[in-house]
Amino acid sequence: MLSIKNLNVSVEGKPILNGLNLEVKDGEVHAIMGPNGSGKSTLASVIAGRDYFTIEQGEVTYMGKNLLEIPPEVRAKEGIFLGFQYPVEIPGVSMTNFMRTAINEKRKHQGLKPLSGAEFLKLMEEKKKLVKIESKLANRSVNEGFSGGEKKKNEIFQLALLEPKLAVLDETDSGLDIDALKVVANGVNMLKRKDNATILITHYQRLLDYVIPDVVHVLFDGKIVKSGGKELALELEEKGYNWITKET
Amino acid sequence: MPESNNISNQPEVFKNTLTELFENNYDQIMENSSGKIKSLRQKAFGIFKKNGFPGKKTENWRFTDLNHLFRNDFIIDFETKSQKVDISNIFTCDVYDLDTYCVTLINGWFAYNNSPLTKLKNGTIIGSLYKAMEIYPEIVEKYLGSIAKLNEPGFVPLNTAFMQDGLFIYVPDNVKVEKPVQVINIVDSQKPVFLQPRNLIITGKNSNLTLIHCDHTLTHNISFTNTVSEVIVDQNGYVDHYKVQNKGRNSSLITSLFFKQEKGSKLFNNAITLNGGFTRNQVDLLINGENCSANLNGLYLMDNNQHVDNQVFVDHKAFESLSNQLYKGILDDQASGVFSGKVLVRRDSQKSQAFQNNKNILLKDDAKVNTQPFLEIYADDVKCSHGATVGQLDPNAMFYLRSRGLSERTARQLLMYAFAGEVVNKISVEPLRENIIKLVEKRLKGELSICDQCILSCNSREPKFIQNIVD
Ligand SMILES: Nc1ncnc2c1ncn2[C@@H]1O[C@H](COP(=O)(O)OP(=O)(O)OP(=O)(O)O)[C@@H](O)[C@H]1O
Ligand SMILES: [Mg+2]
Repeated sequence: MLSIKNLNVSVEGKPILNGLNLEVKDGEVHAIMGPNGSGKSTLASVIAGRDYFTIEQGEVTYMGKNLLEIPPEVRAKEGIFLGFQYPVEIPGVSMTNFMRTAINEKRKHQGLKPLSGAEFLKLMEEKKKLVKIESKLANRSVNEGFSGGEKKKNEIFQLALLEPKLAVLDETDSGLDIDALKVVANGVNMLKRKDNATILITHYQRLLDYVIPDVVHVLFDGKIVKSGGKELALELEEKGYNWITKET
Repeated sequence: MPESNNISNQPEVFKNTLTELFENNYDQIMENSSGKIKSLRQKAFGIFKKNGFPGKKTENWRFTDLNHLFRNDFIIDFETKSQKVDISNIFTCDVYDLDTYCVTLINGWFAYNNSPLTKLKNGTIIGSLYKAMEIYPEIVEKYLGSIAKLNEPGFVPLNTAFMQDGLFIYVPDNVKVEKPVQVINIVDSQKPVFLQPRNLIITGKNSNLTLIHCDHTLTHNISFTNTVSEVIVDQNGYVDHYKVQNKGRNSSLITSLFFKQEKGSKLFNNAITLNGGFTRNQVDLLINGENCSANLNGLYLMDNNQHVDNQVFVDHKAFESLSNQLYKGILDDQASGVFSGKVLVRRDSQKSQAFQNNKNILLKDDAKVNTQPFLEIYADDVKCSHGATVGQLDPNAMFYLRSRGLSERTARQLLMYAFAGEVVNKISVEPLRENIIKLVEKRLKGELSICDQCILSCNSREPKFIQNIVD
């Protein structure tokens, strides 16, 4: 589904990703771990199409297409979803209006009829229950005044509504209480199908108790330096990153 | 037009032409003025003759260039009086859900179907100022010119000298005028006209009035309107005042709006400028009694090389009153904006609260805005704040929206609309708010034509529901 080869990315002349390789196949869950500043969010942003990075080298292919040539909104409509590490507050834009627009843009892209107001509201109610988000949050402006945890839950709510093919969740588990963590994990598990995939960026092994990854990667200094099964996460939790850096 | 006069060129020449015009048409101008109004005019004329127009060095005029106003061969018409016309021939007003007393000024003159002055059952008088001078001279004398400031250079004295007609509203004590009054100022002329309408609005003690002022041009010709309005809000009164401006690119509009609030009164003023070649809105509020509250809001959405200038002055002359200013603007292309907000809290006006905020978004590098919030405080026990921002649309918010599949255009529109919404959502008359929301959406989508005759969807056949902003 997603194939990244020798990706080199810089910001303002400063190299951030240095020859990163990653293969994600249909139906897989990948976890990416790595120390602060190693480039995890950068990778996520590049996949989603943020434009302030310079792609120095390499290729990113998604469903056989050169992803780097596609504007972010088209990527979204083709099924890519980024759960932001820091969801943005947008005062004055209602969640409802935002999501209805997003869903209908996607439906248009797929050649489907837009959802009517009533249909959309029904869908919202369904997903609200699924992610246990309070109604009042969905009725407010996008993330405005949401607590840290509420913002993360709201990302999962959007994920549930948009049903992406490839979800990249950037520390969506950070700052969540145990119940919310289960909700997030649940959201990911429920979304799991043979034909979609998830990349979980996380610092904590505990998420991986609920969502079992197929592969765990360690991102260090702009590249993936080690990959393994879910036991790698446990090992990291125990030994920290020093162990890896020494090894490489 | 019968007996019209050409006037032209540069401030000094323009001024001389106007003074000559005044002198030559003296009898006609004075025709139905009582003694007091006559001397008011003469005084105003004297001041104009002495001071002329403001220049680039005049305080509060530094960022607004007037020269283009003096270049055209404007026509001032003294002959046309308030006229009985079938307004529906010009346009029809069928505002959805908003039941108003709708009155019209055509080229500054009151236009009416039945009578130039109507007295409602509750005693409220609505109609032509020209006619009111004749029929209710004691009211007009008491209030006309009572709060408009003549000592400032230029346009207020000029209007006061030349004023002929305009809107007159008198609401007696203890009357709640149920329906909003909507006045539509139409400029409709094949020739370049210079108009000087004058409005006088008096609301009595414990009275209520909602007034919607719409400025339009029905022509693409050059026009220049210099309006002065005086609005008096007596004790415990409530006035909700709207100014909606959607004028052609060749029209220039200078409005000077004076408010005076007495004890315990409430005022809302909303200035919504959607289009206009050159627009200057001055709001001057005197808080003359304690426990008043005033909300002064403004929204301006400019593009091409439109220019808008908002000047707000609030004089806290009494204690324990609140004033709150929120002006927001989006400027595209080479459009330019000016905001100058000044709050004066006098020494004895303790426990005053005065807040002021001006926020701007510049969509292009060539767009510009000059903002000057300003507090002058002589009392020590007050709560005041001011702030101004000039920025772009938040790139993080843009990316967030786009990352969910919204096109760049849609994302921009949503953000702009959210920005404008903070002002529009303060409109308390619901159907009016909905209409203005619709207009703002249309404007931000680039679909609002200045030919949409009435700002409140008069003459429109479009479906009457609030559309989702996003297409
Ligand atoms: N817009 C930017 N401008 C300048 N430097 C940037 C920018 N974005 C990221 N960086 C830098 O790139 C490096 C990688 O950042 P990134 O956010 O990808 O790290 P991360 O692995 O997600 O870290 P964390 O675990 O703290 O979230 C950091 O050194 C960061 O300072
Ligand atoms: Mg990060």
